[in-house]
Amino acid sequence: MSNTTATREIHDVSTEQGAARVRVSMTVNGRVRGLTVESRTTLVDALREDLGLTGTKKACDRGECGACTVHVDGRRVLSCMTLAAMQDGKRITTIEGLERGGNLHPVQALFIEHDGFQCGFCTSGQIMSAVAMIEEAKVGWPSAATADVSRPFTVADLSAAEIRERMSGNLCRCACYPNIVDAVAEAAGRS
Amino acid sequence: MHPFALATVDDTAEAVAAHARDPQAAFIAGGTDLLGLVKDRAALPHRLLDINKLPGMARIEALPDGGLRVGALARMSDVAADPEVRRRFPAIAEALLFSASGQLRNMASMGGNIMQRTRCAYFRDEDDLPCNKRRPGSGCSALHGLNRNHAIFGWSDACVGTNSSDLAVALAALDARVVVRGPAGERTIPFADFHRLPGDTPERDNVLGRGDLIVSIEVPACAEGRASHYLKLRDRQSYEFALVSAAAAVATDGRRIRSVRLALGGVAPKPWRLQAAEMALREVSLDDSHCLEGAIATSFADARPLAHNAFKVELAQRVALRALQTAGARA
Repeated sequence: MSNTTATREIHDVSTEQGAARVRVSMTVNGRVRGLTVESRTTLVDALREDLGLTGTKKACDRGECGACTVHVDGRRVLSCMTLAAMQDGKRITTIEGLERGGNLHPVQALFIEHDGFQCGFCTSGQIMSAVAMIEEAKVGWPSAATADVSRPFTVADLSAAEIRERMSGNLCRCACYPNIVDAVAEAAGRS
Repeated sequence: MHPFALATVDDTAEAVAAHARDPQAAFIAGGTDLLGLVKDRAALPHRLLDINKLPGMARIEALPDGGLRVGALARMSDVAADPEVRRRFPAIAEALLFSASGQLRNMASMGGNIMQRTRCAYFRDEDDLPCNKRRPGSGCSALHGLNRNHAIFGWSDACVGTNSSDLAVALAALDARVVVRGPAGERTIPFADFHRLPGDTPERDNVLGRGDLIVSIEVPACAEGRASHYLKLRDRQSYEFALVSAAAAVATDGRRIRSVRLALGGVAPKPWRLQAAEMALREVSLDDSHCLEGAIATSFADARPLAHNAFKVELAQRVALRALQTAGARA
């Protein structure tokens, strides 16, 4: 499985199906999970099919909708556009990992309070995206809605237009956007 | 998804050697373009080389002379958020922030961004329609098909697709350089020479060959950098590729243009520098919009619109003008 050169084969190409299998270990919602996946398995498929974490949704499978958003080492990413085998040693958080001691994460509670969903299919991705997006704003990341990127950005600058731009990677076909923006704005204001 | 083997490389020389000896191998960093291509069967690599552990390749360095060096593995979001990038070259930060989504910018690398392939729907189609970029010799479906989103400059009968990178437009305007490690050692490629026009070989997007690995992107210091701007027009306001975009950077004496750099996106198979316009704009006042328009028009004499994209000829001139005026307001 490994050799002495710097190219470390992390698969076994001799499987009958021709699909290489890979051992991977990652910390998912605080628990170390070891699993064997095909090298082509995306993170969303590993979470849903191998770990049974079906809160993460798979919709477009092309990086176009945001439904599969999870956190990897604290950053929001699309789990359909990355390979599970490339997550070895990483810290993954899914929607199932946001609550603490039976209490919803504030962003989850505010989505309920503001009626930020109808069918709910995009909701876990929306919430995972919002939680990380607020952190991005808090550390001063600008966005395409920021008038002058050369100036410092603070979370106080997080207007509705900023929230809409920063959340544009999460589509909602029920079009709950106004309520989502309200929920995120209140969460950002409280944090 | 098409099956492939996966290997991780943690040494640059070995990454180059592994890629050079295997014609079916591809580098993977963020994977946001490559995995889409594999899912659409527009790329069928047998082996992926994960380069994310290569040392020192994610650095963002503000150089003492006012320039910038960004490692190929730096993520788009980190570069866009970097205070020195934002201060020295706002057009670069803006081009990154107008790209993709927050999630994708956290994943996608700078090197991968300038390697991304065209968003031409025929090229990406899972049904494997005729496309010379996808299957050389099969024809171009867009030439006489739906070509609203396609090129007005630089295309050939073999391919009319556009380059879809926003970042590349800003880098072209700022005369960036691509530092490449290959089997014969390291070399530096001027940005204008990095992407290719399609000609008869549209399957090759750029000048890289087997074993070539982008290690960094350098942006030299320039008087125009701080007064730079990236403007992007698209069919929806966010999370969409450009219909037309422009990067402008300008240095002035008062309101008079001393020197200017202009590049367009969404109009050609590569970022399109408006060299004739840059010459004609010298000494023009930023307040004389009639004169600015006339100078920009000099770069459009050779525009060749297709059946559905003639609107881009006028739109691109307006986008270039507004990008220039916004950059000028920063001078």
